[in-house]
Amino acid sequence: MSTVVENPPVANPFQPPRTAHNARRRASNILIIVFSLLATAFAVVVLLFLLLYVLRAGLPFINVALFTRIPTPNGEPGGGLANSIQGSLILVGLASLFGIPLGLFTGIYLSEFGRGSIALGVRFLVDVLNGIPTIIFGLFAWIFIVVPQQSFSGLAGGVALGIIMIPIVARTSEEVLRLVPKELREASLALGATESRTILRVVIPAARNGIITGIVLAMARVAGETAPLLMTAFGNPFFNSDITQPMDALPLRIFNFAESPYPAQINQAYAGSLVLIVLILLTSFAIRWATGGFQRSGR
Amino acid sequence: MLFRGFTLLLVLIVVAVILGVAWILVSNSMPTIQHFGLSFLSNQAFDPVHNIFGVAPAIFGTLVTSAFALIFAVPIGVGTAIFLVDFCPRPLQMPLSFIVELLAAVPSVIYGLFGFLVLAPWLQTSGQPWLQRYLGFLPFFQGQFHGLGLLAAGMILVIMVLPLITSVSREVILTTPTAQREALLALGSTRWEVIRYAVLPYSRIGITGGVILALGRALGETMAVTMVIGNQASAISPSLFSTGYTLSSVIANQFGEATPGLFFSAVIEAGLLVFIITLITNVIARILIYRMGRVGGLAV
Repeated sequence: MSTVVENPPVANPFQPPRTAHNARRRASNILIIVFSLLATAFAVVVLLFLLLYVLRAGLPFINVALFTRIPTPNGEPGGGLANSIQGSLILVGLASLFGIPLGLFTGIYLSEFGRGSIALGVRFLVDVLNGIPTIIFGLFAWIFIVVPQQSFSGLAGGVALGIIMIPIVARTSEEVLRLVPKELREASLALGATESRTILRVVIPAARNGIITGIVLAMARVAGETAPLLMTAFGNPFFNSDITQPMDALPLRIFNFAESPYPAQINQAYAGSLVLIVLILLTSFAIRWATGGFQRSGR
Repeated sequence: MLFRGFTLLLVLIVVAVILGVAWILVSNSMPTIQHFGLSFLSNQAFDPVHNIFGVAPAIFGTLVTSAFALIFAVPIGVGTAIFLVDFCPRPLQMPLSFIVELLAAVPSVIYGLFGFLVLAPWLQTSGQPWLQRYLGFLPFFQGQFHGLGLLAAGMILVIMVLPLITSVSREVILTTPTAQREALLALGSTRWEVIRYAVLPYSRIGITGGVILALGRALGETMAVTMVIGNQASAISPSLFSTGYTLSSVIANQFGEATPGLFFSAVIEAGLLVFIITLITNVIARILIYRMGRVGGLAV
């Protein structure tokens, strides 16, 4: 005779007991995962919808004339946005002329010379500058340049855009200059190089790619600005390369045509938007790729 | 020494520009500040014909659209940040973060174009009738369907401030010490409990900073809002269907006609108000974000 001793089933100690309390915990866990997934999906869907819509509405109206001709008088078919593209290039160039040196040297100051509370104050001021709505700089250039000159001008637009570039260039330059190892600076100084020679010949070249990234980022950002140009560059239906005169810009033209009653102009607004969006997205991709942002892991 | 002096000179120019902007706005607003005083904030009319200027409807429109934007963008933005850091499969993490940041790269005039030509007509024919049928008992969804108006402006702002909230929240959440997460997991916590009891308390201050930064952006956004808000001051009512003004859209709409004198000064004072409001929000936001340590990559 043998008796089989049956062990009572032992509960898996790693399995949480199936109580109502634990069921609630599991449910709230699933709920939050689903919510956060939906939130992310919302952002992705909105972006894709926007891009595809502009692509579908704008692509049929992309043609050679868009890049070579100027707008036709109201409502007539044909014409293009060549003067707006030219104006945008001039305005971004002008803005770079002011914005890049001021931003870069502010970045150099913050990373190389800035110590103590003054540097903290400058950094704070630059960060706050970054958050001020861009139309404020348009107002500034309007009062400062347009009103005394009694004429809207490309120059005023360039100044307004230049101010917007300063904080972006300054903060990205500061960040990448800080990443240059201290040993490089010390080695250069130990060889007898002066401070300025060290910064110009050793530190800046070492951080070159990052600095260029910041500059391109700033240029892409101001290329899409509209509000500060309303009361400065103003817009111009003809070719103009005289910076003391009103000048067109692609975003300004999109704004004017979007609210136009003529379908031909609305179509060109879509086409212009497509050009602008593709340019800006390509720059964003290029920057990501250049800085290795696609490989870096989040955590 | 020469180089150091040159650098300092350029930094001084930058500081002078910032102070110059403030000074020019204040000095050019003096006529209306002296003439109207605080009633500039409470006057309903912005009336160049009778030389009476007030921005009460614009302040109302600015606050309503910004509040609407935050009510929806904060949960969605923080939820996205939580997903990207905690739940997202590793290979999708960077592409998805990049896509969210791209939303910030789209120029505001394109949001405006989309809002004006697509969103507003849709709201007028489908969205607003639907809202009124099912939620019409609420004071927010009553009145005529214009399409353009506070609702459209608020919806566009949700999308525009979303990437800002997401990227700041994501960076802050990433700084939560791994030891704290692991400690909770070792105690048998669910993923949500880790977020609830370790991540959110740790990153609360930084996320608040990001939200205030987003508030500043919403308060000052000009182009997209100007294109969809209707730019007609209607009587202040709780209905989101009504058209309105924001402080920035007053500037964008009125600067062209502004004749020297009170009118000119009134436009500048609207700008001064935008400047002061966004200055305050940005100072608070930056102080909160600085307290979290070095947060802030390219996007912020």
